[in-house]
Parts: sequence; C-alpha cells; structure tokens
Amino acid sequence: MATIYVDGKPHQVDAQQNLLHACLTLGFNLPYFCWHPALGSVGACRQCAVKQFRSPEDKHGRLVMACMTPASEGAQISIADPEAVAFRKGIIEGMMENHPHDCPVCDEGGECHLQDMTVMTGHDYRRYEFPKRTFRNQYLGPFVNHEMNRCIQCYRCVRFYREYAGGQDFNVFGIRNLAYFGRHEDGVLESEFAGNLDEVCPTGVFTDATHKHHYTRKWDMQFAPSICVHCGLGCNISPGERYGMLRRIVNRYHGDINGYFLCDRGRYGYEFVNSEQRIRQPQIRSNGQIQPVPKQQAIEEGGRFIASATTVIGIGSSRASLESNFALRMAVGANHFFAGASTQELQLLHLTLEILRTTPVASLRDVEDSDAVLVLGEDVSNYAPRMALSLRQSVRQQPFAMTDKLKIPRWLDHAVREAAQEHKGPLFMATVAATRLDDVATDTYRGAPDEIARLGYAVARTLDPEAAGLRATTASGSLAGQIVRAVRAVTGLGKPPSGAPDADFETMAQRIAQALNGAERPLVISGLGCRSGPVLKAAANVVRALQRNGKPARIALAVPECNSLGLAMLGAKPFEEALAVAREHSGTTAIMLENDLYRQAPGSDVDVFLRSANHLIALDHLQNRTTATAELTFPAATFAESDGTLVNNEGRAQRFFQALTPQEIQESWRWLRDIFVAAGRREFSAWKTLDDVIQSLVSEFPDLAQVAEAAPAASFRMAGEKIPRQPHRYSGRTAMLANINVSEPKPPDDPDSSLSYSMEGNPDQPPAALIPFAWAGGWNSYQAWNKFQEEIAGPLRGGNPGVRLFQPPAQAGEYFQDAPKRFQPREGEWLVVPLYHVFGSEELSILSPGVKQLSPKPYIAMNDEHAKGAGLQAEDMVELAIGGASYRAALQIRPDLPVGIAGVPVGVDLFAGIQLPAWSKIERVS
Amino acid sequence: MADLVSHPDEVKVVSKRFGQGAVNIDRYLELDGYKAVQKALTMQPDEIINLVKNSGLRGRGGAGFNTGLKWSFVPKQSAKPKYILCNGDESEPGTCKDRLIFEHDPHAIIEGVMIAGLAVGAQTGYIYVRGEYRYLLEIVQKAIADAYAKGFLGKNIFDSGKTFDIYWHGGAGAYEVGEESALMESLEGKRGIPRIRPPFPAVVGLWGGPTVINNAETLASVPHILLGGAEWYANLGSPKNGGTRLFCLSGNLNKPGVYELPMGYSLKKMIYEVGGGIPNGRKLKGVVPGGSSVAILTADEVNADVAMDFDAMLKAGSMLGSGGVVVLDDTACIVNFALRTIKFYKHESCGWCIPCREGTDWLQKTLIRFHSGGGVKKDIDNMYYLAENMLGRTFCPLGDAAAMPVIAFVKKFRQEFEDHLDGKPCPFAKHSGAQQSPVMA
Repeated sequence: MATIYVDGKPHQVDAQQNLLHACLTLGFNLPYFCWHPALGSVGACRQCAVKQFRSPEDKHGRLVMACMTPASEGAQISIADPEAVAFRKGIIEGMMENHPHDCPVCDEGGECHLQDMTVMTGHDYRRYEFPKRTFRNQYLGPFVNHEMNRCIQCYRCVRFYREYAGGQDFNVFGIRNLAYFGRHEDGVLESEFAGNLDEVCPTGVFTDATHKHHYTRKWDMQFAPSICVHCGLGCNISPGERYGMLRRIVNRYHGDINGYFLCDRGRYGYEFVNSEQRIRQPQIRSNGQIQPVPKQQAIEEGGRFIASATTVIGIGSSRASLESNFALRMAVGANHFFAGASTQELQLLHLTLEILRTTPVASLRDVEDSDAVLVLGEDVSNYAPRMALSLRQSVRQQPFAMTDKLKIPRWLDHAVREAAQEHKGPLFMATVAATRLDDVATDTYRGAPDEIARLGYAVARTLDPEAAGLRATTASGSLAGQIVRAVRAVTGLGKPPSGAPDADFETMAQRIAQALNGAERPLVISGLGCRSGPVLKAAANVVRALQRNGKPARIALAVPECNSLGLAMLGAKPFEEALAVAREHSGTTAIMLENDLYRQAPGSDVDVFLRSANHLIALDHLQNRTTATAELTFPAATFAESDGTLVNNEGRAQRFFQALTPQEIQESWRWLRDIFVAAGRREFSAWKTLDDVIQSLVSEFPDLAQVAEAAPAASFRMAGEKIPRQPHRYSGRTAMLANINVSEPKPPDDPDSSLSYSMEGNPDQPPAALIPFAWAGGWNSYQAWNKFQEEIAGPLRGGNPGVRLFQPPAQAGEYFQDAPKRFQPREGEWLVVPLYHVFGSEELSILSPGVKQLSPKPYIAMNDEHAKGAGLQAEDMVELAIGGASYRAALQIRPDLPVGIAGVPVGVDLFAGIQLPAWSKIERVS
Repeated sequence: MADLVSHPDEVKVVSKRFGQGAVNIDRYLELDGYKAVQKALTMQPDEIINLVKNSGLRGRGGAGFNTGLKWSFVPKQSAKPKYILCNGDESEPGTCKDRLIFEHDPHAIIEGVMIAGLAVGAQTGYIYVRGEYRYLLEIVQKAIADAYAKGFLGKNIFDSGKTFDIYWHGGAGAYEVGEESALMESLEGKRGIPRIRPPFPAVVGLWGGPTVINNAETLASVPHILLGGAEWYANLGSPKNGGTRLFCLSGNLNKPGVYELPMGYSLKKMIYEVGGGIPNGRKLKGVVPGGSSVAILTADEVNADVAMDFDAMLKAGSMLGSGGVVVLDDTACIVNFALRTIKFYKHESCGWCIPCREGTDWLQKTLIRFHSGGGVKKDIDNMYYLAENMLGRTFCPLGDAAAMPVIAFVKKFRQEFEDHLDGKPCPFAKHSGAQQSPVMA
C-alpha cells in the first residue's frame, strides 16, 4: 500500500497500480478512454491527465497521464487543478471534432462512455467549425454493427481484438485522423469474442447488430441478474427486456468468472427466447391435432395422466434449473428420475464430480493467473469458449515475471508487450484436432483420446514415480499421435500423422512435467469434450502428482451444459435405464423436462421410449421433435423468464432471475407442482415460492445445502425496499399498455426474489448476486462496473456472486489407476469423435438466427492421407453408421486429425443424438 | 548526388571524406577507414564509452543527449541480445545532412555502428534508412556487402574473435518513424507508433533487448573521436557541446547548402557569411534554426548574435534540433509558412494520441481558412490554444514539433496574422504568388 495525496487529502492505495486505477478505486470521477481495467494503460487518449507536484512546496506541478503514472508513495496529485481540468476538456473537444454528434440515432446513446466523459469534463460547446471526416462502414457479420464515423480512435478495439483475444482479421489501418478500425475487407469477424467490441468501444462504433433489430434504450429496459445457459462455465449476464421481448444480453461483471468479457455464443445466443417456435401456452394433441388449451384444463389433464399411470418416468435436463429438476425428482421419485444423457455421459459427470470434490478447482480468474497449463483433450475455444480467453492471458504470466524484474509495471501494457515480445509462458495443448489456441501453445500434441490420456499419465508418472499408470519410458510403440513444435508456423498444416517417435513422446511428457513443476501456479484443463474417462483421470493424476511435489496445482474441467453438474448431483439416472423402465412397464406416463431426447440419445431408442409410454408430457421452451410427440406440452420458462439455480463447471451454484414476465409461461417447477397437485399430491402445494423449493432441496440434499446461499432470499430488503429491475429513467411505464387499457396495471408481483418490476426501490448497490445492471451516477455505460467493485477489476463489493459447493481438499487425492491401452487404428474403420463449434454445437443458441448463420453445415472429417488411402476427395458425399443409424454428409479434409480418427460436428441437426466416440466405416455414397 | 558547398570557416570532421570517393571501400581505407574500429577492438568497453562521453558528443538527431552517457545506460549483462540502431530516417523538414553522409561516407556510419557495438557489447546493428531515400539504400547495401567481403563484418572481425553483423532496413515513408521508439516498432514490422519510456531503449529496445539508437551523423562522428581523441573533439566546439555539426542552410540565402561548422558558431555569421547573405537585398524576417519543429527566431533575435549550440539555442527560446536552418526574408508570409509547417505535421501525425491527431488537423483547417482570408480574430487565440494543448502533453515529441513553431509564429508575428483578418488578401501574395486555397466551411 502507498499513501497518495489527491487534492491535498491522503488516501491509501495499491502501490502496484497506476494513479488512474487508484483514483477510480477511491471513487473519484476521472475520465479516460484508452485505458481499460482488463487491457491496462497505453497513454493514447491523454484524457486522464492530472497535475502532479514534486513536493508540498511545488506549486507549479506538471500534467501527467494518471494511467501512465505509478501510484507511488507520497505522490501528490490534483484532479481539480484548473490546468488539468482545462486540458481534459480540450481533449474531449478534440475528439468531438470529428465525432458525428448523432447520439439521437446512435445505439450507444444513453449508455455511451463518450457521452459520460463529455459531461464529466464539462465540454459543452462546439467551437470547431470545419467539415468532419467520414469513413465507409463495413459488414462485420450478424453480430457486430460498424459505424466508423463515430470513432474517437482510442485503440481499445484493436487492442482487445488482437492483443487480448488473439484475433487476426481486425486491425487499424491508415494514420493521422484517418486511422480506421476494421477488417481488410467486409466480412464476418472471425473471433468468437468479437461481440465484446460492443462493450470495449467507448462509443457507438461497434454495437450489437442483433439488438438493432429490436432496439431499446438502456434506460427503457428491464434487467435481471442472470447466468448464461450456453455452456457450463456460468458466465454472469444481464438480459434486458421491453414489451415482453428479450432485447439483448450484456456482460455482468463477475470477478472470478467472466470478468469484463463474454463469448459471442453467450452474448448473441439469446434470440431463441423470442423465437416464433416458442411454446407460448399449454397444448394438447388430440386426433393428431395440436391445440392450445387453457392453463387449468391442461393442468387437470396432466394430473389425470399422472394419477392414472402405473409408473411415472421423469426425464430431467442439464439445461433446466436445479429447482425444476429437483421438483421433478420429488414428484416421480428417485428411482424414476432420469437424465436424458447416456450412461457414458453420466459416468463422466460423476467422475468429474469426484475429481472436483478431491482436487483444488480453478475459477476462470485462476486460469488467467496460471503460469503453466496443460490442456488434455479439450477444444476449449469451442466447448467452453470464455475459458479460452482466460487461457490466452495465462501465457502472459511467465513473461510478467520477466518484466517484473525489469521493473516494468504490469499495467503498462505496451511496455510489457515490447519487453516480452514473443515470449510466452508454457501452454501445452493435447487435443484430438487443431484448436484456436494453438497459436499461443508451446507445443501441441494431436492424438486419439486414449493417447491424450496416456500422455497425461506419462506426465504424472514423470512428476511422481509413485503415480499410477504407464511411465513415459513404457509409452512405446507406434503412437498414433503427432507432436507439432513451433506450432505458430505450422498449425493445421502439419503432415498427416503416422505415429510419433517414442522419443518425442517421452521428451514431450518430460517437457510438460518440467514446465508444470517449475511453475508457481500450474493448471491442468480437461473436461467432457472428448468424452473420455481416462483423459479426465489423467488430468486429475497430473494435478495430484504436482500437489505431492508441493505445488499449488489446480484443475479446471469443462462440462457440456449450464447445469450438467447440478443434474448429476441430483442423482439422475441414465436414459438407457429410463428406456428399460418404459419397456418393462405398461401404462406409464413420461415427463420430459426441458429435454429434446432426440438430441441426447439415438433416434431409434427415443422412438421406442416415446412409443412405450402411455402418456407423454413435455415441458419446454420451443417446439422440437420430442414436444411434437407429446400429448400435453407446457410452456416452460427460459432462463430469461424464470428464477433458479445452476451449478457451473467449478461447482459454483449461481442464481439467475426473471427479466420477462410472460403471461402463460411459467417455471417448470411451477408446472410440475400444479400438475402433481392436480394428481392428488397435495404436499406439493406447499411450494409457493422459489425459496420453498430451495428449502426442500437443501433438506433433501445436504450436498447442496449451500445452494440457499447462492443469492439472498426473496425476503431480503435493502432499507425496507426491494431492488429495482428497471433503471431510474425507465420511461412510459404508465402508458405501455394504454392501447389495451388506459388504467395502468399493477406491476407483476415477484414472490421469488427481492427484485421489483419497477424503477422504484432502493437505489443503492445491492448484494453482488442481485445487481441487475451496471449504472452509477454519471456513469451510464458498462464502465459503471468500476463503481461496483471493491477494487477496480477486483471482486464485486461483498464478494462475487455464487457459492462454491466443493471445498478444496486438505491433501492430494489418490491416483487413478488403469491407464488406457495404446490406441490401435483399425483397418477400414475410423474412431468417430465429436468436433465442437462455438456456433452450432449448443442446443439453444443454434435457434438464434445469427448463431444459426455461422453454424457449420454437416460434414464428416478425416485427414488427407486417410482420404487418399480410401480414394475419397473433399466434398464427396460419405456415410457413416453408428448406433443403428446412418449419417450422410460431405467429406471435409482436416490435416490436423490423427490417424484412425474421423470427426463430425456435434450439435448440428444431422448428428443429433449420435453417441460418440464410436467406430464406424466411412464410405462414399452416390 | 547533391552539389557540395564549402566555406573557409568550416571544420571538416564528418564531412572530411565528402567528395573523396569514400563510398568505395578501398578508397575509404586509404582515408584512414576502419582504423577507428580496429583501435576500439584494443580498448575496454568502458574506455570507449568514457572517451565518447568526454568528447561532449551530443545526439545529432535533435535532442542533443550525451552519446557516451546514453551508451553507458546499457546493462553489461543481458539475457537478450543487444542491438545498435542507426537512425537514418532523416525527415525533419529543412534537414538533409544524413543523406550526404550516406552518399559520401557510408562506411563511417558502419564503423560508428561497430564501435558502438563494441562499447556496449552488442553483436548486431541495424541501419534504418528513410523510405524516401530509396536510392541511398543501394549505397548502404553495397557498403555493408563490401565490409562483409573484406571480413570487417561477420564472424571474427579483424581477427579479434568477435562477431558483428549489420543489417539494413528501409522505411515506408512515415515521419513518425524518425522518433526512436517508433523506429523500433517499424523495424519489428509493426505500425510506426511511439513507445512509452521508461523503459528506455537502453534497457528494453528492439525485440525487447537493450538497444542503443543513434542518429547517423552521431555514429559517423564516433570513428573520428576515437582516432582524434576526446579532448581534440571537445575543443572543436563550445563548452558541453563537443565537436562540429552539419548545418543545412536553406531558404532565402545566396549560398544554401550543408556546411560543417563548430558547435557554438554564430547564427548571424552562418547566415550572412557562410550562407552568403539574403538575395536581392531583401531583409531578414526570421530563421528557423533547427528544423521545422523548433520556434522561429526573429531578425532581432538573430542579430543579437546567438550561438548555435544546444544550450545557447534553448536559452534563446528555440532549439538546435536537427541542424536544419531555414531562412525567411521579408517577402515570406508567416501565416503561409505556418500553414506549410502544420500541413506537414498533420499529414505525418501517426494517429496514436488525441491532442496531436486532432490538434494538427484543426490547426491545418484553421490556417487554410485563415490564409485564404476567411479568418476571424478568435482563430488566432484558438491556434495558440490548440498548440499549447499539445505542447508537452502528447505521447511523443511529434506533438511538440507541431506545437512549438505555431506558438512562436503566433507569439512573435501576431500582427501578420491580424493583417490577414476581415477578408483581406494575403499581404505577401504578390511576392509568393501563392495560390489562394479554397475557403473551407
């Protein structure tokens, strides 16, 4: 800590930081543009100038840029100094020379950092009398809108896109006041983090193109604290609603998870909520006709289906809340509560839980801070995208240690990058195919899942001879994998793998072991991506070996969906068992909770299951193949329309809250309650609110006891008041429904949370889990998050939201044994593995038009040597057969795929329900 | 090749070999070439540094920092390779001295780079030549190749067991890249924008390694200092301003050209004697003494007899800068001159920081309108304000370079600005025949 004097008053600040960071942490309003809490200082905009004095006697002082000046002990600065004030005003005036002043038609208006800073500096009169420069705008894809004329050239966009997110297809062109930020030509931005430009840009150059289609000002939206449902990481989001429509998603700062950034799947996947395919009221199918029925009638009908059933089968969902899944489990009983997932997936999830309970777990912030990383089997960029952004920062940790020695402060971003140059910390990527992180990897290894696991076992054994499994020296034989060194040059272009020499495999294991053991905060990343138990075990073994060597090693595991772990923790049984029950019993009623079984299990099995049941009840958001077979369908609330709890990949329970209040749509647990009460199960009528369900849940599952603490209960009040979901400037509330009834209706009541459907309520900062949107006096943009944090870029005041369900164990867990045998390619057959696509592999986001547009067409991929051997060419129509179903798609040549391996894009419709990995022939069809 | 000029007051050190065919390596060797580097090979690094420090040699690029002192900042031990960079990106308007060195004596630069390398323990040097000097690149390439062919460069130079390599690189035409840190960015293949200091290049420079970056003339002076000694060189100039300097005399002069004169030489003499005085019996209006980026000196200030060294110039309210002396007679329009000056800096602003990027643009637009008769009184104050808002507050010195002349023009020639007001035609138009620019806005 250091004492600095701001306008004569002493303040305690972090001496490792710069003056801007310190001043903002202290709550001063000091304007800035080029600085960003996650991107550091570069001194381009000159907006944060303050006067610095050498001593109390120094009356003259000199202007310094606060962002470029260390908060050193005894520093004397003045924000209010007239010269500094005048200079800051002059800077804004300069920016405004060419800024088009088109605020009324700009999507950023009302939440524009440039507007805020203009007001803050007091620049209010335009003296510039000359023509403004103009640019041509570009088409940048379905997500990001480009309006270059608004640019003030702060360089944040290009720094985020290239330096932070590793994108290549975006840059700054030209010089002087013609510096242009865009692509070399029109086209879809390649980075899956491009959407962050919307928030990184301090004005309206980059705005949300999806929002544009149903635009609403920030002040007119109703927000709720929410959790992203498009992968298992649990990024915090802030959905905005107006007129019953979900308008957009923006980042909701979480110091341990997403920080300031989301992936584009999370940001733009929301449009399924507004889909035409939404089920908006209960439906009944009679005589082959699907017809809407009144709510009460549907509930009574459902009650009859339940009451008359010999057995009620409940299929839960890894994308439904803990509460809804729990309600189903209570209703149907533990023995008849199933997941849509297969035995294999559930085993993997239980293995994941076992590892999480016995291993120190890394949050995304920990991932970012790790200084040596081994990734085993996970295509992070496509499977858990936000984690890839954190990983990209991890390779900066060791260079930081080097630049620390040169006494370059870490926040001095360009100086650090110039000193570090191409030096990157260790990141080893052992994956089935090339990934978009290979460009920053030290080494990449490509092999079959079993080979990846063997590499992990070899690393663990190298670290600790006591570790089970194979030693590096015994991992001999012709390994069907390839090691690509100096990958930056050759990623994806390597020769088809034909077996890595043993020596390479051994030295690679040794190099990895050495790098991890030499690090201060080593990390291993794995997950369910390659659907392999041995890979997960190998990852755990590496961490355990490091722990035994006294290293504070951690693990991070990626899981398929937003509540995969929650569902597994509720003890859901695999779909195969549900199928068996359905076959054995007649007169069953099956309830499918937010689950399109055709995406989970082979179509033929699902057909059998659905046919075996006497009555089918589905609860879901959108029409799908499963709901099409149901007799009774209930409109289940999406994340945006409901409250509930999700357990993310680190075992963190987080609560999401309702932003929309659609009339006929309600939470699945409420439908289940109503149906079961109608079936005579009166005990469920005790569940009046979400907190009632949570109370039952925690008493039933001691493991989940902390779920109650994930967010304050509905009874929580701030100084006797609720927390407003609507900004204080929310307009037209009294007139919104005047076309229907001139009397203003009472705002909806919310028994489930302490949030109100109003702009009225306590204006102070709520507990972190209940912050619906970022807004602070004078700070209307996303930058207002500064005002909610204990320290800039640190945790939110009162701690980051959510609660970790697993505590780090006191000592390292036991080693897993059973290392897999060598992968043996087969003659004429391929091991078909899942390949993931950030846009296309996830069920809900793919129903949003933008994501759909960027999703891949179905393909079957193999490497070129294979294809040649089999006489196949790219684009040939080929067929593979797995689980009794055959799949036809065009052949794609992927030189990065190892010998004996073929891949298909999971999640796209054609491959719905395919169970991978599995062996199959691949043959050309005419 | 430019014509060479001469004057009896000249003290030829750097220009000693001009016109002697020293581009040819054999001829260069006849003219004591590569003797200095061989001497340096017999010396301890600290000895070389102290010698250069004591010679009073100060950076000829414009900032005037003591060269030996700069070298002494390079750490002895470094995990990363060290580099010597020759800044041949001469692009300050009014300056054309490095060009002559490249044309006439390229091996002196190579030798200077090598000696600097030996002094700081670097094994690699780069010679960066201004983009518009494309034709000089051929000379530099040949000189480097000849030095390699003789075994002066590469492994085991002069049988010393030491290695030294030199590479050349051509700029792409940006003035900004003449700024040392932007030059390193450019050399690394990045956009030519400046870096923040600290860390200074001596600690974190090219490719992150400790780097010495010196102007071409500075480096070309070094071999002479090694052979002539520190005292000899220091005594050529004025106190703390060792040696001689190439002054580029241009503008309204009878004998413009590049002259090598001792540091501290009288500016007045430079104009009226060395430069041959002002043609056609015109009177002196002002002199820009150090390249277009420094404050103009009025005729009165020049006639007060100011010495041309770094310290005296600073005292006189201007700077010695890059040695470009631009003389204006009384037919020159200061407003038009200001416009010409700012047009250059606006065009060359790299676009990194706001005061320079937007300030130069606004200044240019104001001056265009002003000079064409569309100016209003508040424009004069606004130009002053815009320049003040840049001075010392931009990311790199380009902003200062644009601000300093404007401030001086407005301060010292306010009346001329006022003479342009109220739609009056430029009072000097009949002399310059300058085309009236269209009125903007």
